[in-house]
Amino acid sequence: MYQNSTEIFQMMPFIIIGAGILLSIAVEMSIKKSELILPWFSILIFAVSAVISIAGIQQESVLFGGMIAAGGKAAIFNFIFNVGAALVVLNSVDYIKKYGTYYGEYYILVQSSVLGMMMMSGAKDIIMIFMGLELMSICFYVLAGINRKKFSANEASMKYFLLGAFATGFVIYGIALIYGTSATTKIDDIISGFNRLITNPLFVAGFIFLLIGFSFKIAAFPFHMWVPDVYQGSATTVTGLMSTTGKTAAFSVFIIILAAIFSTHSINKFTPYFAAIASLSMLYGSIVAISQDNVKRMLAYSSIAHAGYMAIGLAAGNISSESGIIFYLAAYTFMNIGAFGIVSIIEGENDTQLGISSYAGLGNRNPVLAAFMALFMFALAGIPPLAGFFGKYYVFIGAIEGGLTWLAVIGVISSVISVYFYLRVVVYMYFREPQEEIKIYSDNLSLSAVVVSGLLVIIFGLFPDTLLNLITSALIR
Amino acid sequence: MTSIPMEYYLVLSGFMFSVGIVGVLIRRNAIVVFMSIELMLNSANLTLVTFSSYLGNVTGQVFVFFVMTVAAAEAAVGLAIIIAIFRNKLTVDIDKINIFKW
Amino acid sequence: MVTNYIPIFLVLLAASIFGAAVVFSSRIFGPLRPNKVKIMPYESGKDPIGTTNERISIKYYLVAMLFIVFDIEVIYVYPWAVEFKKLFAQYGLFAFVPMFIFLVVLELGFVYIFMKGGLRWD
Repeated sequence: MYQNSTEIFQMMPFIIIGAGILLSIAVEMSIKKSELILPWFSILIFAVSAVISIAGIQQESVLFGGMIAAGGKAAIFNFIFNVGAALVVLNSVDYIKKYGTYYGEYYILVQSSVLGMMMMSGAKDIIMIFMGLELMSICFYVLAGINRKKFSANEASMKYFLLGAFATGFVIYGIALIYGTSATTKIDDIISGFNRLITNPLFVAGFIFLLIGFSFKIAAFPFHMWVPDVYQGSATTVTGLMSTTGKTAAFSVFIIILAAIFSTHSINKFTPYFAAIASLSMLYGSIVAISQDNVKRMLAYSSIAHAGYMAIGLAAGNISSESGIIFYLAAYTFMNIGAFGIVSIIEGENDTQLGISSYAGLGNRNPVLAAFMALFMFALAGIPPLAGFFGKYYVFIGAIEGGLTWLAVIGVISSVISVYFYLRVVVYMYFREPQEEIKIYSDNLSLSAVVVSGLLVIIFGLFPDTLLNLITSALIR
Repeated sequence: MTSIPMEYYLVLSGFMFSVGIVGVLIRRNAIVVFMSIELMLNSANLTLVTFSSYLGNVTGQVFVFFVMTVAAAEAAVGLAIIIAIFRNKLTVDIDKINIFKW
Repeated sequence: MVTNYIPIFLVLLAASIFGAAVVFSSRIFGPLRPNKVKIMPYESGKDPIGTTNERISIKYYLVAMLFIVFDIEVIYVYPWAVEFKKLFAQYGLFAFVPMFIFLVVLELGFVYIFMKGGLRWD
């Protein structure tokens, strides 16, 4: 069945993560001290899987009987997921002790959610998209409420669950209508018949349901209401995972479906939809974030705004904006994981020290931490020459090429607004005296995760062209 | 005996889906909201089976298996979350579960 | 078209008439002489204590939740079993392998629950 050695090689990430999950379950149930093993084991399998994925970027092959594609853009997405999850796990080791009781399931769920994301980003069949989405989402529902004794975690978990399952309902109904009108679940077949199908109102309805369902998952404006509460209530490391790799996975589905449509059909029929959610999310996220004093909640609103910037690329729908989105997603993943990593270091026991006042005077007390926080805030605000700037730049360029200059202008305006609340954190760190006694727990593992994310953000900022060319060549192939 | 036209099933499933949406939006008990979501999933299942049967294409029915499995997993997780909330707060009214405000 | 449904309506009508007749005939024809003991719920037995809408701790909710998950997995075994003769003729003993892997993964989950004490009853 699989004579080709490339195919076996490209299957390895899935097999490694899948076998890793089973092995982790066996370890968790048989060894009492699993907290000493599981994080390192998770990091190991994520690292191996990331390396194998990125090594196979040159060749694209279809695996598992036409279900999953590997290599190409899927390789880039797999790299983002695995490295992001590895950083989050590194960040979690000490944070979990502070946050509450240790549950071994934490690491198993992180691994399973990464498997789900990999299934989504490589999907060649709508069934795979659905299974991957659900594997990821169900793990996230549990992760959000992993500390079941804490009411804030319970609330976050339930809000996420109810609204996430609601979105799932839309996705599955949309998929059902798409299947019914196109008589196939293969994405390639649906795309090739797209011009014929788009005249069928049922197909259009199904497609819109699918778009709405995934708009929930990327946290775009009219479907954002769960984001602030869930991001604030969940454990900070989990929020880091959900807001970055989860968003990337949802965007990867948009890209694999829409990119194929754009490449075969010159007119983008979904521009109005994406332009609307992009402009509204950008403005809403940026404006509401100004009034937030809780840093976690501020980052949640900023994540809505970032979903808006990325959706500009979907509205423009050309190759340069697609590769811009992927670059943006990679940059956003690492800068946000870094920012949440610092938030998790500063955070005290029982959800304390999350307010912006806890950051006052950090520049004197802990210069390293403050410097990295400033780096991530500048990157998120999109100040050159950091990764965030080039992410926005490429997406805006794509929008102008696609004739959506007004959308790029709104993007620039909301970036300018967003500079205010990002820099506010920096101002607090360097120019305000601390009001209260802040105890920062020494946490070398989290710090190393932050340093790695920071280095990635700087590298992406220094060599954006190389990376963009890599992404573009993977997209065109 | 003439067979029932496909539109009837689609209208029924569309109706079920709408009932589910309305239930999610207006009900305040977490378990009832969850049941409404299950209704949405099941209306999608009905659509899939209908299309599968009328197209003579078995993929839709296979898909229904997966949807049912996912719905079961979701049900288990959802009930666990609701039980965790009930243990802490002794309520499942989603209006009373609102410690977060902006 | 509509004529096809006439038997269903007839059955519905007959069923409701029969149900109504059974429920109300005893009210109409039977003698009605209530006294204190007779109108008690559970006419013969102990006096009722407390209210009826009391919360009862359902100890087996965990088992029920696990049941939902494990019960549904059987739908994957059925199609395999139905097609097994064909699969066996085509692949030989390899026909067992996919289902074996599936069941091993499933049983690992079950063993996990068992080891974690999810089935302990107290």
